[in-house]
Amino acid sequence: MTMHHPAMEAVHRRRYVPNLWDALAFGLVFAGLIILVHGGRETLAPLASLERSPVSLDPAKLPEYALRTTMRMLAAIIASLVFTFAYGALAAKSRRAEMVLVPLLDILQSVPVLGFLSFTVLGFMALFPGQVVGVELAAIFAIFTSQAWNMTFSFYQSLKTVPGDLDEVSRAFRLSGWQRFWRLEVPFSMPGLVWNTMMSMSGGWFFVVASEAISVGNTTITLPGIGAYVALAIEQRNLAAVGWAVAAMLAVILIYDQLLFRPLVAWSDKFRVEQSAGGSAPRSWLLDAARRTRLLQIVLAPVGDLLGRVPQQRLQLSPALPNKARKLWRGAWADRAWSVLVVVVSVYALWLIASFVATELAWPEVAKVLGLGVITMLRVVVLMALATVIWVPAGVWIGLRPRVAERVQPLAQFLAAFPANIVFPFAVVAIVRLGLSPDVCLSPLMVLGTQWYILFNVIAGASAFPNDLKEAASTFRIRGWSWWRKVILPGIFPYYVTGAITASGGSWNASIVAEVASWGGTRLTAHGLGAYIAQATEAGDYPRVVLGVAVMSLFVIVFNRLLWRPLYAFAGRRMRLD
Amino acid sequence: MATFDLPKTTAAMAGVPLVDLAGVCKVYHKQDNLDLVVLEDVSLTIREGEIVGLLGRSGSGKSTLLRIIAGLIRPSSGSVHWRGQPVSGPSEGVAMVFQSFALFPWLTVLENVEVGLEAIGVPAVERRRRALEAIDLIGLDGFESAYPKELSGGMRQRVGFARALVVHPRLMLMDEPFSALDVLTAETLRTDLIDLWMEGRLPIKSILMVTHNIEEAVLMCDRLLIFSSNPGQVASEVRIDLDHPRSRADPAFRQLVDEIYGRMTQRAPAEKMEKRVSEGLPGTGIGMALPHLSTNVLAGLMEALAARPYDGRADLPDLAATLQMEADEIFPMVETLQLLRFAEMADGDVQLTELGRHFVNSDVDARKRLFAEHLLAYVPLAALIRRVLDERSSHLAPFTRFSEELEDFMSEDRAEETMRAIISWGRYAELFGYDEQAKQFNLENPT
Repeated sequence: MTMHHPAMEAVHRRRYVPNLWDALAFGLVFAGLIILVHGGRETLAPLASLERSPVSLDPAKLPEYALRTTMRMLAAIIASLVFTFAYGALAAKSRRAEMVLVPLLDILQSVPVLGFLSFTVLGFMALFPGQVVGVELAAIFAIFTSQAWNMTFSFYQSLKTVPGDLDEVSRAFRLSGWQRFWRLEVPFSMPGLVWNTMMSMSGGWFFVVASEAISVGNTTITLPGIGAYVALAIEQRNLAAVGWAVAAMLAVILIYDQLLFRPLVAWSDKFRVEQSAGGSAPRSWLLDAARRTRLLQIVLAPVGDLLGRVPQQRLQLSPALPNKARKLWRGAWADRAWSVLVVVVSVYALWLIASFVATELAWPEVAKVLGLGVITMLRVVVLMALATVIWVPAGVWIGLRPRVAERVQPLAQFLAAFPANIVFPFAVVAIVRLGLSPDVCLSPLMVLGTQWYILFNVIAGASAFPNDLKEAASTFRIRGWSWWRKVILPGIFPYYVTGAITASGGSWNASIVAEVASWGGTRLTAHGLGAYIAQATEAGDYPRVVLGVAVMSLFVIVFNRLLWRPLYAFAGRRMRLD
Repeated sequence: MATFDLPKTTAAMAGVPLVDLAGVCKVYHKQDNLDLVVLEDVSLTIREGEIVGLLGRSGSGKSTLLRIIAGLIRPSSGSVHWRGQPVSGPSEGVAMVFQSFALFPWLTVLENVEVGLEAIGVPAVERRRRALEAIDLIGLDGFESAYPKELSGGMRQRVGFARALVVHPRLMLMDEPFSALDVLTAETLRTDLIDLWMEGRLPIKSILMVTHNIEEAVLMCDRLLIFSSNPGQVASEVRIDLDHPRSRADPAFRQLVDEIYGRMTQRAPAEKMEKRVSEGLPGTGIGMALPHLSTNVLAGLMEALAARPYDGRADLPDLAATLQMEADEIFPMVETLQLLRFAEMADGDVQLTELGRHFVNSDVDARKRLFAEHLLAYVPLAALIRRVLDERSSHLAPFTRFSEELEDFMSEDRAEETMRAIISWGRYAELFGYDEQAKQFNLENPT
């Protein structure tokens, strides 16, 4: 049967005339490749080469440092994605794995990973003795641990909420597990995953800066990058260099946003399940350019074809176990055996931690750490309250004015992505010069980077506030305090809670870098759990690090369970506008 | 099992059996309460060359039955055979069309159609050829590269049909395929499908469709299985031998529709004795499942009945058509009026009672009083709630006090719906109040 069909012929007939977009796209593609090769070569050098070419404060070197830092980020995000697919899928598909993996993830999310930096550095250096790769991997791992958890959670939750009819389609048409994963599960989870990857990226910048200059006991290992540059600038009291670093960081984030996330967000829009075409779709000039190219489309067609084949394969494993064994495996007794195993392992793990900490530390130390935890918690609470008082009215004001919101919203998101620890030196200089109390004045640094989450979520909430309710409020002349209490605050509440959860989690983490700050030889220390962990890390005092991190995790978990979860549930129950 | 005595054609009877169900039951186990029986002892055979309709009201388990045939759900007991082989999962040669279309929003029309072929490992070139053929057949030419969200509902469902047809199934299962579409689109799609079927251009042997739309069933099917609810059972079978194209204006067509309406409102004799008190609504006494209908709707229906042209008595299909409602929507309303003694059923007609007329002619307060009296007298749950509130010194009673009792008789969802219904009726009648935040009934009446 002969078919004359446009869709059939499209495969064979294409015009091979390159256009302007091609030139642009080719420039970008090749520049990207060169950069990758250049950056990659450096990581394979022996460790001694780091000492031969130490980090310099020359601004001309900054682009290269920025590149190295960015590549670490990229590597970490890829690792996070792979981890997400594996862990999320396992947790969602196996009932027994779910029992363990989900609570584990919940806890991992709350652990301040900065505290573990020194452990992981040692581990990775032992894996690749004498090579830069080891330290690089340690840095990448540190970033990974700050990114992976929320991405995994988002993926897991998407897998759990796959629409029933699409699930039935894939079963009724007998898609294999592999096909189902790529055709249904991954696409369905894409919008959430992209959003969480962006959030992770913002968090990651913070950690990459902190992880490039790692001091383990007496040795300090410095990887070329923006973080190391800032660390050196602090050591040499060079405020101008810090300024350069800030500028470089701004440029990097801007480029990253334009070249990676904008296209990604615009592309992932097609994975939304809502079937109506309403609303304005996100756009990206880069994606538009790539879609308009001719030559590039032809060159990339085989790649796309190859990728397209991945979900088309059935790749089905025939059941490895005989029927009888499978029945036993699924049975209630296997469930019980599994539960017993889980309990035994967790008890053993708890005992292990306790005995490790107990080798050197006694109960008074634990009480002291708990006390420090309370101090840090006080800081978090006060600062969150302050940020709320400032940013909620500001966010509402902006959000209700679409023109202002249009301009301010990207700025707020941008500020949230900016690693606040780069600007810490400015604050420290001010505190040193003015002779202020570090206990009070170092505190605001904790929310410096995280307050923006509150702002941009409140803006989003106020922008989404239904127009008819606004009109109703003004017709009935609801004004002043009663307008805030009865109209707008309930309207933005769910958004505020979302922002505040992120901000509060980030603030706990930031306390580890914010409660201790130095400027050259001057050292400012505030009392708190963050400072305790930072000092213990510097001294290589592992029992104290473990104790500090464990206590901080405990605080974060309790904080989440007792405050944020109930608030979130309340917002979902009572204040939904639909 | 009753059968209409219409002349039988032999074609469908002679076909090879595709699906064979014998004594199929589906029971959902609940932890501490009674099991919920969705389907009870269903036996049926579907042969090659026929379009069979499963007609029933929502909750009669007809969609569950469709999914059991598709291999998506396992029956609790009984046997399901597909072409002589026991079914243990989705079978080859069965394809399904969904009420919600269930298209992958991230795939184009062409890719959506190809998905079923990918799953059975058809090579790429062959896949493309067959997909384009199906798209061509179903009238989607030119839309190959569109995404579902760019299409209208009718076009989306055409993609659903193409996706099912492309795998050349022997049996196509359709789960209320037209009910999410507007009237005109649904009609076009129905006629297109029947035309293709009659011309023998569909690469399928049989169609099994679930519907609650009586006219749609009579328009399309060769055979109808009418389901009764709670538990779902095949109440009767109707053979339809009208020639295609069928016309709604045809007197024979009208008569058939009227008869089926009658069958669906009439209960089996044994059932009737038992459920005298509850009339059409499933369950008795406290365990009666109530539909969550607004009192405005009930009042509106009574007003429509009282007004011209009905003057108190209406033919049900006729009334449904005037009010632009499906049979499925109007049944629970009429039954609620029956329960409250505001209306009664006679020979497929619904008639306002004296008290019903009185209600219509009263003012707001008098209506409320009348409604309250009838609620207390004829709805045991309302009487129970009121009595408990009166007896307790606090005059408070938690939601769960009653919902848990209901769950002994019905599913959790149905209990929830019944509670919502009684809350809104009780509020309207000012029999009791309800505090949603505290989930508590009270006797307060904010004045």
